[in-house]
Amino acid sequence: MGKTLYDKVFDRHAVRPLPSGQVQLFMDVHLVHELTSPQAFGMLRERGLSVAYPERTFATCDHVIPTASRARPFADRDAEELLVALEKDCARYGIRYLSPAKGEQGIVHVVGPELGLTQPGMTICCGDSHTSTHGAFGAIAFGIGTTQVRDVLATQTLVMEKLKVRRIEVQGRLRPGVYAKDVILAVIQRLGVQGGVGYAYEFAGSTVDAFSMEERMTLCNMAVEGGAVCGYVNPDATTVAYLRGREYAPEGAAWDEALRSWDALRSDPDARYDDVVTFAAADIEPTVTWGVTPAQSTAVNAALPSSHEFPAGERSTINDAYAYMGLTPGRPLRGQKIDVAFIGSCTNGRFSDFEEVVKHLKRSGRKVRPGVRALVVPGSQRVREQLVAAGYDRVFRDAGFEFREAGCSMCLAVNPDKLVNREICASSSNRNFKGRQGSPEGRTLLMSPVMVAAAAVSGHVEDAREVFALQSQKE
Amino acid sequence: MPDLRRTRIAGRAVGIDGNDIDTDRIFPARRMLCVSFEGVGAFAFEDVRRKSREDGGLHPFDDPARSEARVLLVDRNFGCGSSREHAPQSLLRWKRGIAAIVGESFAKIFFGNCVALGIPCVSAAPEDLQALKRATAADPALEVVVDLEKKLVKAGPLTINVSIPDGPLGQFLTGRWDSVSELLEGREDVAALARTLPSFGPRENH
Repeated sequence: MGKTLYDKVFDRHAVRPLPSGQVQLFMDVHLVHELTSPQAFGMLRERGLSVAYPERTFATCDHVIPTASRARPFADRDAEELLVALEKDCARYGIRYLSPAKGEQGIVHVVGPELGLTQPGMTICCGDSHTSTHGAFGAIAFGIGTTQVRDVLATQTLVMEKLKVRRIEVQGRLRPGVYAKDVILAVIQRLGVQGGVGYAYEFAGSTVDAFSMEERMTLCNMAVEGGAVCGYVNPDATTVAYLRGREYAPEGAAWDEALRSWDALRSDPDARYDDVVTFAAADIEPTVTWGVTPAQSTAVNAALPSSHEFPAGERSTINDAYAYMGLTPGRPLRGQKIDVAFIGSCTNGRFSDFEEVVKHLKRSGRKVRPGVRALVVPGSQRVREQLVAAGYDRVFRDAGFEFREAGCSMCLAVNPDKLVNREICASSSNRNFKGRQGSPEGRTLLMSPVMVAAAAVSGHVEDAREVFALQSQKE
Repeated sequence: MPDLRRTRIAGRAVGIDGNDIDTDRIFPARRMLCVSFEGVGAFAFEDVRRKSREDGGLHPFDDPARSEARVLLVDRNFGCGSSREHAPQSLLRWKRGIAAIVGESFAKIFFGNCVALGIPCVSAAPEDLQALKRATAADPALEVVVDLEKKLVKAGPLTINVSIPDGPLGQFLTGRWDSVSELLEGREDVAALARTLPSFGPRENH
C-alpha cells in the first residue's frame, strides 16, 4: 500500500516517539510575526533557554503595520512596542528579519513563498493559523500557539500526532468568473467548518493541477477555515517553475537533487486515504458568504437558505447569524448594499489576484461607486513593486481604489484599517467572524477579488460575470 | 518540582452556548497588542459581554454566581479560527482560572494550545452535554468533577462519559504536558536529524 505525501513528510521529520504515544516532529522552517510571537521570546527567557536553530526562523511584520504610512514610531504605541520587541529579539538571537527597510516585508504567508523559503517536503510552522497556505508547495504547514512558538525556538520541534488525510478532488474546468476562492468556499460549504478537524486536506484533481501556485495558495490558505490545520497540493512542474531562481531555493547540484527528492514525495498512486471527496468544477458558482462562519455561503444569485434547510441542532446558530448580519432568508445576496470593499490578505493578496481585477477594471472602465470605501492592499512589498512596475497602481487609483502599503490590513482589526459600527464589507479575506474586521458589529461578506471589485463598482453585491461581461469572454 | 499531573479537576461551572465559537469572539483581536499574557483574563469574551450588557442581559462571565467557576461548558467546534493563544490564556487567567473545558468538540489548534497550558478539553455526547448544562444552570454552586483517569464528568447525581485523545490524555495523567521539557530531552536526536535535512545557509546582506 502506497503512502501519501503527508505520511512521507511526517515520517521524514519524526525525531522520536514520546512516552505519551505522540511524536517529536522537526520543523524545517519557522516563520514569525509581531502579533503572536514576541511573547514567546519572553517565555523562552523565563525558562533560561535560547534559540536552538536561529537559521531556521524568519521574521517579518504584517499584522499591526499601518498601510497608509509606515513611518516609525507607529501612532499606536502598543503596536510599536510589539514590533520593537520582535526587532530586538531577532537581533539578539541572530534571526533573519524581513524588514520594510530591505523591501522584504509582507504578510508572512506571501513573503515565505516569494523568497523560496517554502519548498516541497518541508515542515513549516508559524504562530498563525493561515500557515496552511504553504501546503500549496507540498509542504506540511500549520499554525501553532505562542507556547508552541517557544517550543520551536527552544528545540526546533513540536509534540505532534499524525493527522488523517482526506483527498479532495476537484475535476474539470472552472467557468469564467469562478476562481480558486470560490472552490475553497464551496468545499467548506459542503464539508463544514468542523469537517476537517483531525484531517490534513490533500487537494487534487484536474482543476487543481491546472491552478497556478498563487491559486493553490488561496486554496490551502482556507483549509484551516474548514477545520483542517493543514492542506496541501502534491508538487509538480508548476511548483518547480515557481521556485526556480528564488533567493532561498537550492542552486546548482542541490537544485537537481531537490528536484529528484520532490518528485519522490508525491502521494503514491495506490496511497490509502481516510476519506475521498469529489467536486465538479462546473458546479461551482461565484460564491459569497452571508453568515458568520466561512461555511455559511451561497452562490451569488441563489436565495439565502432558510434555517429549516439545516439540521434542527444548527437552526439557532443559523438564526443568530442572520440576526447579526441583518439579512433575510429567501432573498439573494445580490443587491445587498456594501460600505467597504477590501482586496488583499494572505488569501488573495498576490500579484495575480490584483492583475485579474485590473484586467476587468481596464476593459470595463468602471469606477468605484461613490460612498464605497475601496482598499487595495498588496500582500508584500514585492507584490506592490510589481504592481507599480506594471502600472496597475494607476489603474486602481483611477478607478477610485486606495492603493496601500503591504500588510494584513482589514483582514483583522489590529491596525488602523477597520470597519466602523455596522458597516458591511465585501472582502477577499478569509474570515467573516463576528467583529473580525474591527467593529464589534461590523459585517463581512467573503468572496473572490473580482467579486469584490464588482461590488465596489456597483455599490452592492453583484454577479461579476455580468458587471464585467465575463460570460462572453472566451479564453 | 511542581506536580503537573492533571487527573481530577473539580469546581463550579460556567456555560457558553453556541456552535463554532471562534477565537476572535473569545478574545477580540485589538486586545492582542501586548508583549505578555499578563492581564488578558479581563478581556475574555469582551465584545460579547458588552453586547449582553447593552441588551440588558447578563453574560455568564459577568454573572456573580459564576465567578468561582473553573470548568467551562461549551458546544461544538469551540475555539475555531485564529491560532491566537490569547484565547485560552484569557480563560486560564479569568477570575479563578478555567482549569478544564467540556464540550461536544474542539478546534484543533485551540485544543493544542490548551494542552500547552495544562487545560484538558474533553468531549461529551450532545445529549449528555445538554444534561450537564441543565444541571449546572439550575444550580450554580453544583460541583463539577472532571475525572481524566476514568474519563467521566460528574455533577451531583449526573455522571457522563467523556473522551480525549490518548496522546494528550497521557500528557495530562503523567504531568508531561509541559512540552518544552519533554522536547529538550531529545536534543541530540534532533541535532542528528537536522543534519540530514535541507537548511538555509547564511546569506550575504543578511
